[in-house]
Parts: sequence; structure tokens; C-alpha cells
Amino acid sequence: MKPESPRAGLLGIEELDRPQIEAILWRAKDFQAVQHQTVKKFDILRGRMIVNLFFESSTRTRTSFEIAAKRLGADTVSITAAGSSLSKGESLVDTLNTLAAMRPDAIVMRHSASGAPYFLARHLPTPIINAGDGTHEHPTQALLDALTILDHRPTLEGLRVAIIGDIAHSRVARSNIHLLAKFGASVVLCGPAPLLPPELARLAPGVSLAHEMSEAIRDADVIMMLRVQIERQQEAFFPGGEYFQFYGLRPEHISLARPDVIVMHPGPINRGREISSEVADSKISAILNQVENGVAVRMAVLERILN
Amino acid sequence: MRRLLIRGGRVVDPLAANEEAADVLIEDGRVAAVGPSLDAAGAETFDAAGRIVAPGFIDMHVHLREPGFEHAETIETGAMAAAAGGFTSICPMPNTQPVNDNATVTSYIIERARRHAIVNVFPIGAITRDSAGEELAAIGSMKRAGVVAISDDGRPVMNARVMRRAMEYARACGLPVIDHCEDLNLSACGDMHEGVESVRRGVQGIPGCSEDVMVARDILLAEVTGARFHVAHISSRYSVAMVAQAKSRRLAVTCEATPHHFSLADQDTIPYDSDYKMKPPLRSACDRDAIVQGIAAGVIDAIATDHAPHAGSEKMQEFDRCPFGVTGLETALGLALDRLFHTGRIPLRRLVELFSAAPARILGLDRGTLRPGAPGDVTIFDLDTEWIFDVNSSLSKSKNSPFDGTRFRGGPVATIVAGRVVWRREGGLAAG
Repeated sequence: MKPESPRAGLLGIEELDRPQIEAILWRAKDFQAVQHQTVKKFDILRGRMIVNLFFESSTRTRTSFEIAAKRLGADTVSITAAGSSLSKGESLVDTLNTLAAMRPDAIVMRHSASGAPYFLARHLPTPIINAGDGTHEHPTQALLDALTILDHRPTLEGLRVAIIGDIAHSRVARSNIHLLAKFGASVVLCGPAPLLPPELARLAPGVSLAHEMSEAIRDADVIMMLRVQIERQQEAFFPGGEYFQFYGLRPEHISLARPDVIVMHPGPINRGREISSEVADSKISAILNQVENGVAVRMAVLERILN
Repeated sequence: MRRLLIRGGRVVDPLAANEEAADVLIEDGRVAAVGPSLDAAGAETFDAAGRIVAPGFIDMHVHLREPGFEHAETIETGAMAAAAGGFTSICPMPNTQPVNDNATVTSYIIERARRHAIVNVFPIGAITRDSAGEELAAIGSMKRAGVVAISDDGRPVMNARVMRRAMEYARACGLPVIDHCEDLNLSACGDMHEGVESVRRGVQGIPGCSEDVMVARDILLAEVTGARFHVAHISSRYSVAMVAQAKSRRLAVTCEATPHHFSLADQDTIPYDSDYKMKPPLRSACDRDAIVQGIAAGVIDAIATDHAPHAGSEKMQEFDRCPFGVTGLETALGLALDRLFHTGRIPLRRLVELFSAAPARILGLDRGTLRPGAPGDVTIFDLDTEWIFDVNSSLSKSKNSPFDGTRFRGGPVATIVAGRVVWRREGGLAAG
């Protein structure tokens, strides 16, 4: 069997251990405080160059990485697929080799193919930070979600977290499942059966499946809603017209959860599809909190990889 | 008269009695005699002491990529890789460009092989025109031109009515129908076996049932039509069970398994490494064990490699863009010895049968034995020499193998086609 090459970047949560994740989260807490200062900029990464390479459209993640890099004093270049040589038929490896030859210190990458950053990491010396690969992982999202939960709870251990929506195609769900399981939280996954393959329960300890919202939400400390893309699905995994009726989060669900429950969503949200406006805008919603924490977490990740 | 004496080997012929230390004499391309201490003064000799001497191996499922995709493989290079793997005959699938769906393409392949291939090449023709699954290909004329079976390998016939007609027609022509059993609707967009690993990696799955429903359909059609039906590269445990049941009902149903399917499971693969990407995919450990069990029990008739060369650039892409297929000619025997023989799952005679007499029987070839009068095709191998497969020294044009760096115990020593040594481990290809 072929040997696997070492990795210097951040590809996924699955391969991290608890102390590594904790180190990032504790450091992110330091950076959280900085967000409220007038001058938010450090020179920890001065003179370093970070390339943001987004083969899939993204507003919040790309902006968040860019702000994080700039707050640490690094220089950034952002490339989106439309303007890149990919549209001229160049292969992904050639594109990356070309960029790597310009000696950036790290490449932040989002790609629609699961595993694309893993494949590149085997052929490239530059550290790669995965900003979302297909339906596989989105590690910084899980880290910022953990930081957000820790703003409301002293620990992740023993928490009950419901993740609701299109689990099968969600990289956010996968990264969160791995992270939460490593910290001893229990995770209930819920969604229409074709989007909830039974194998999910075997991804990590403490993961269970539910097809009923009420079952998933009962006694939950955290409810994570996922974006459902009815219009972009190539085929019908479920009857689109009744999604909100069965899997949309509405005020009446909230009383089933713990009184101090928080509601999260990786965004962008579809009001009236997977979440009602009343819930999205309520005091229990931590959605904007998540966005804010995204910058702090990505600062911690960039510092860790580049220093 | 050309004469070759293979001296002192252990002759293992599934269609004859075993000989402990015997000579095999080949005269004018055919086996003349087998027995101890043959007198053959003046013949060229090959010292096979301590080696196994077997009927030439037949790989009934390869892709030679010619015509159309010569950047990945040619009939010449594919035949060289075959010889280095101990194969004396290979059967290329029709998914070339143009597709081998008429006698002209068949004749072209046979003529190219006659000039450039160092092993025998028996083409397999398409079932439907352009393998599009609609109109039947020129099955009768291809048979006359030399095809030994028909298959739309890689582009399975989805329309059951078309498959039924093909089976009826093929039966009358005396050709077996080989199906790559895959329901394309169930497997759509899939890139690896559907299971825990595909869910973990976020890769779309190819469920085992996409194979099973087609195996079931084709067995039923074989019963209706009386055709000889052969399942290509069987990979799912339920399909193995269905073939076993068909055999118990005495239907003319056979199947083959590839070395990668009896050796590897999805959990053994390096994530997103396209050298592990093929169709059918590497399935669960449970399925892999069922393949080994099926081989041991005789449900699985033959070993075939599904040698599927792809240029490096095609395999150096995002996993979901990479084409399916891995090379396999040079590692097949090593894997069979390693996983089936040295583990005690099958005896040597059965191993030789899987590679020779069985494919010959399925395809109706007058080969797969060393009885006097048979073609002088011989595979000489050993059981114990340790070697490591280095994909960069492969004779195939393509290097997409998951077994690069794998250590083997025993493997091919020499390959003899019509009484001529075309490859030997020490010295490689014969000159000229």
C-alpha cells in the first residue's frame, strides 16, 4: 500500500485530536476580545502571503478568511474560479503548482469536489487550509460553531446537539459531527430519509439519527439548522413542497428543547424554508454570533499554520 | 521444425493429471508431449526446475485502448504487460474509438495484434451499435471476423428488451454475453462504494444493489433465452449468491472476479486517490470476503483483471473527475498467490484453472490445457520468490495501479506463446 504524505495545513476536523482543537479554540478566544478594540490589527504574520482560492462562490467564508489574514498583518490575494486559468482548461494541479511557484505561505481553498485539498496536499509543498471541500468537510466552520457554543456553555461535554437538514450533502454537518464527538457531546441528526443515510450513525461515537423534528429537538442544548437547496438539487431527494412543514424550524419547536437552547445556522439562511423568520431573528439565535466568531477562529488557524 | 523443451517443472494442468517433475515438449507451436525425461535432442530448452508449469493464462477482460486511445495503451504495450503478468491470451473489450461493433473494427484489431502483439488477442465485440444500448451490433459478422464474446462493458445495456434480443441472437451465434452489471440510474454520480467510507468522505456512493438488480435481470433473461451469460467483474455478495443459485438451477451462467476485488475493500483505500477508483468499486470487507469465498467454493469461475489503463493526466484530477479503472495484468498472479493460495483458500490446481481452463471454457477457446495437440502456450511461475511491484517499471503505457510498492511472494517466471518464450523475469521481453 502507498504511504500517505504528511500534512502541514488544516484539511479536516476528523484527523485532529482534542488537544489540537482546544489549542485553536483557546487562541481564538484571545482574538475574540480584539474584535471589540478600535485597532484590531497585529503584525504576527507580517510579510507573509496567503492566497484565497475559491473555486465555488462564497461571500462570508472568503471575506472572513481575508479579514482574519489582514488582522494578523498578512498580505492576501483572492482568486475566484471565474477569473482563473481553470476556465482556460488548466488542470487543478497545474493551477496550484503555478500558484505555489510564487511562494505563498499558505493556500486557503474551497472546491466543489470532495477531497480536492487532500489530493492537492499530496502533490504540493504549500500548506493548504480547507475552506470547504464538496460534501466532505468545512473545518473552520465547525471550529467557529464550537467557539459559539462555548460562548453560551462552559463545555461541550455532555451537550445534546441537533443538526437538521440535508445531512448527506453537508460538509458543515460532517465537520461538526467529528468535532462534537471528540468532545463528548451527543449529536442527533435529522432530515428527510433520503438525505440521512444510516451510515452517518457510524461516523463517530454518540451520533444518532431521527426522522422527526420533535424527537431531534427534545432536550437539545443546541439546534443547528442546515441550508437546504431545493432549487439546486439535480434530482428530487424529497418532496420539495412539504419540506418546511416537516423540517423547518418554527417557534413551536423551541419549547421542546432546553430553556437555554441556542439556534445556529452556517448561512446563508432561507427564511421560510428551513427556518422561520421568528426563530432566525429571536434572542436564542446565535447566527450573527457565529459570523463574528468566524474571524477569530480563522485568525487562530492562520497563526497556527503559518507560525 | 521449432522445438522447445520445458524441462523438469511441476506441471499443473487442470484438465490432466498432475506431474511432479515433468518435461513439456512443444513442436511447431503445439504441445507434442508431457512426461518425465522426454528425449528431445536438439530442442531449445528452458529449465523449469522448481517452477510451476501451467497452461498459458487467459485474461478474458482487458482494455487495450486501441483504436482511439493510444496515449493510454496500445495493443502492443498491453500485450507486453500481459506477457509480463504471465498471460498468453487476452480479450480486449470493445469500448475503443470507434467501438468494436462491426467486423471492420474486429479485423483491424486482429490484424494489429497479429503484427504487434506478443500474446494472443481474442477481441470481444459490442452488444449494441456504438454500445449505445439501442440497436444490436453486427454480432454475426463480428463472430465471423473473430470475436469470442459480446459485451457493452462500461456502458451496460439498460433496456431489458434490447438485452433479451441480444441474448437470443448471441445464443444462435454461439457467443456468450458478458455484462458489466450496473443499473446506471442507481449508480448515477457515484464514485466509490456506498457505505460508511463514502459517507465519511462525502463521496457519492455506488450502491451494491446497482449491480445486484442487473445480475438478477440478466439471469432471468438468460433463463428465458437459453443464452450463455457471464457476469463481468462480480463485486457484490448478493450477486455472488444469485450466481450460485443460477448454477444450482443449471443455467449457463458464469462469472469472473478481479484481483482487486478479492484483495481490497473500500476501507483499505487512500481517500481521494484515483488509483483506487474503478467500476464496480471496491466494496465492503464483507463483499470482498464473499468474493474470496465464491472463488473457493467454485461459484466464481475465472479471474480476469479488467486491466484499464488511463494516462497519468486523466488520473491526476479531482476524484470525482477521474475516470474509472486500474491496471492489473502484472499484479494478477501475485495477488492470487498472496490472497488465495498462500492463505490456503484454494489449491494450486484451482488457481491455475481460474486463470486458464476456466476462461477457455467460458469463451469456447481450444486452450487452457497442456494436453498433446493443444496450443503451445505456457505460463511458468514460482511460489516463493519475493518481489516488489514497481509501477514505473510496468510494461503498460499507464501507471494507474493501487499496488505500486506491494510486496509479493511468487509470480510469473516466463511466458511462452506458441512455443516461443516471449518474456522472462530475468531478461524481460524476448528480442525481436
